[in-house]
Amino acid sequence: MKKIHLEQIEGKSSGYLGLIALLGMFILGAVGSMLYMEHEGHWVSGMDNQIVWGLPHVFAVFLIVAASGALNVASISSVFQKKIYKPLAPLSTLVAIALLTGGLMVLVLDLGRPDRLIVAMTYYNFKSIFAWNMILYNGFFVIVGVYAWFMLDRTMKKYSRYAGIAAFGWRLALTTGTGSIFGFIVARSGYDMAMMAPMFVIMSFSFGLAVFILVLLASYKGTGRPLGDAVVNRLRSLLGTFVFATLYFQIVYHLSNLYATEHHGYEAFILLGENGGSTYSNIYWIGQIILGTLLPIAMIYAPQLKNCRMTLSIASVFVILGGMASMYTVIIAGQAYPMEMFPGMEVVSSTFFDGATTQYSASLPELLLGLGGVAMSLIMIALGIKVLGFLPATLEDSVADPHHKVD
Amino acid sequence: MSCKDVNVSRRSFVGQTATAAAALTVAPGVFLHTVAEAKPADQAVTSDVRWGMLIDTAKCASGCTACVSACNTENGIASHNRPRTDQQWIRKVTLRDKQTRHEISLPMMCQHCESPPCVDVCPTGASFKRDDGIVLVDRHICIGCRYCMMACPYKARSFAHETVDNTVDYVPRGKGTVESCTMCVHRVDEGGTPACVEACSEAEHGAMIFGDIKNPNSEISKQLVEHGGKQIRADLGLNTGVRYRGI
Repeated sequence: MKKIHLEQIEGKSSGYLGLIALLGMFILGAVGSMLYMEHEGHWVSGMDNQIVWGLPHVFAVFLIVAASGALNVASISSVFQKKIYKPLAPLSTLVAIALLTGGLMVLVLDLGRPDRLIVAMTYYNFKSIFAWNMILYNGFFVIVGVYAWFMLDRTMKKYSRYAGIAAFGWRLALTTGTGSIFGFIVARSGYDMAMMAPMFVIMSFSFGLAVFILVLLASYKGTGRPLGDAVVNRLRSLLGTFVFATLYFQIVYHLSNLYATEHHGYEAFILLGENGGSTYSNIYWIGQIILGTLLPIAMIYAPQLKNCRMTLSIASVFVILGGMASMYTVIIAGQAYPMEMFPGMEVVSSTFFDGATTQYSASLPELLLGLGGVAMSLIMIALGIKVLGFLPATLEDSVADPHHKVD
Repeated sequence: MSCKDVNVSRRSFVGQTATAAAALTVAPGVFLHTVAEAKPADQAVTSDVRWGMLIDTAKCASGCTACVSACNTENGIASHNRPRTDQQWIRKVTLRDKQTRHEISLPMMCQHCESPPCVDVCPTGASFKRDDGIVLVDRHICIGCRYCMMACPYKARSFAHETVDNTVDYVPRGKGTVESCTMCVHRVDEGGTPACVEACSEAEHGAMIFGDIKNPNSEISKQLVEHGGKQIRADLGLNTGVRYRGI
């Protein structure tokens, strides 16, 4: 393999500056939303005492999960020694750190008391999965940051594999921790399944890689740098594998629930839209399964579309939208389904909506806060590739994989 | 003596006897332990006691909200006429058995679990359980993440969705933090009874008994021994401090 040069992008084009300005506006929108919700109180959002985590959490958890997955390329190059991915490993770390920052930004700005972040950093209840996650998130920044440094610094390069292995282990722990936030909640029918942890790990592979592919294609197109099919098609089939694996976990999740009579109510709610769950069921089937899973699989594996980058881009966008739908299903539908407090009884009346399905509609500030997190991730990537040489100057086939055969 | 005279005196006798019986039943739960179990203010709470409640759904009147009103007054909880986001520390729920069609009414609040999921999940330790079994939120270190609300199997917690402007001195509360029934800990620490229990008694329902479930001589313990007391979602094994009869 020829030597790969990592080069900063020039970042002076009007397109680049326009992108930065646009993303900056979204970030300002998020800050404005946060100030509005904090000043007025959360009643101005769509969240309430039944849906305590809303659209901001859908964005936040998606970005956090995707952050871990964005590290796929670096992990495969370092841990599994696949040389073709090596030139892209630094970019992979940048995307991972950027996505985690965006996700955490949303999570923190939605707190009831974001001003008490320092409390969250200084008071730890070590039985809380949230507290573990704070350590996992902070550790991820450090470990992946060190990994990126080792890869970019010639004097430290010899240690980069070890940092890569550490980062690989850490990112698995991080997604396990994120999935466990839901998996260990015994109170709600849609959660309470340890399988949530590995399911989140595999979802992270898929969502993170989809984001990475879009970043890669956009940055090479935007800078006019050569990008061969060898790398792109490897990533394409990898994405297909991960989307399939995510589908597999979905099937096992629902089969497990369907086997247990106590979960039949929730399955009827989410799969058939019973008990007021039609909106959530539609989001699940149309958003998560059809558009987010089956359509990308068809687009990725259709032989006629093999070298079509536009198709791969669209498939990646659908994987991301499907990922958002799956987070919506887990987070919102899981709370909207009435809690089973009195088995064998029906609720005649309650002032606190016991026994009732909650219909959630997100407010504009919540949407802006979530989009601000996405913008924060993207602006970090855009600035990162300008400041440091994260992006290989060329990835044409003769450089990336001299043995690549055109078919 | 006429028949009418006999009836009046019998009615009077029955009435007086019932009043005396009710007083004897209610008094130990409401008043007697007040004298017996008050602790000095400088003395730390201990696990020698475990405060609990026993709620008799047969006595809990459908449509009566005396406990809810008393809780709101005692703790300065005011409605903003937004039921979705208003705080509710205690609520009345009416249930119907799907098979028998039998209806019961009961108050729901924090069940003060021995192993509270809210305490397990709280990242900062703001949710905590005192040695005497009362589960509280330290609203000085609550960051408003609402994870405890996700984890509570009883939907017992509310988030302060807007400015709290009628706080009382002994119940610090604030926008952006989570709150729930404190079992009127400010009263209990002075040897008193939770406001809801007192109101239920004053409304002459006597459906709620408060006391130390570790003290075999307390009224609540005697009632529990005699009649039992079920936990809501006993399957979770949380060993709740609030028990119910008739569910």
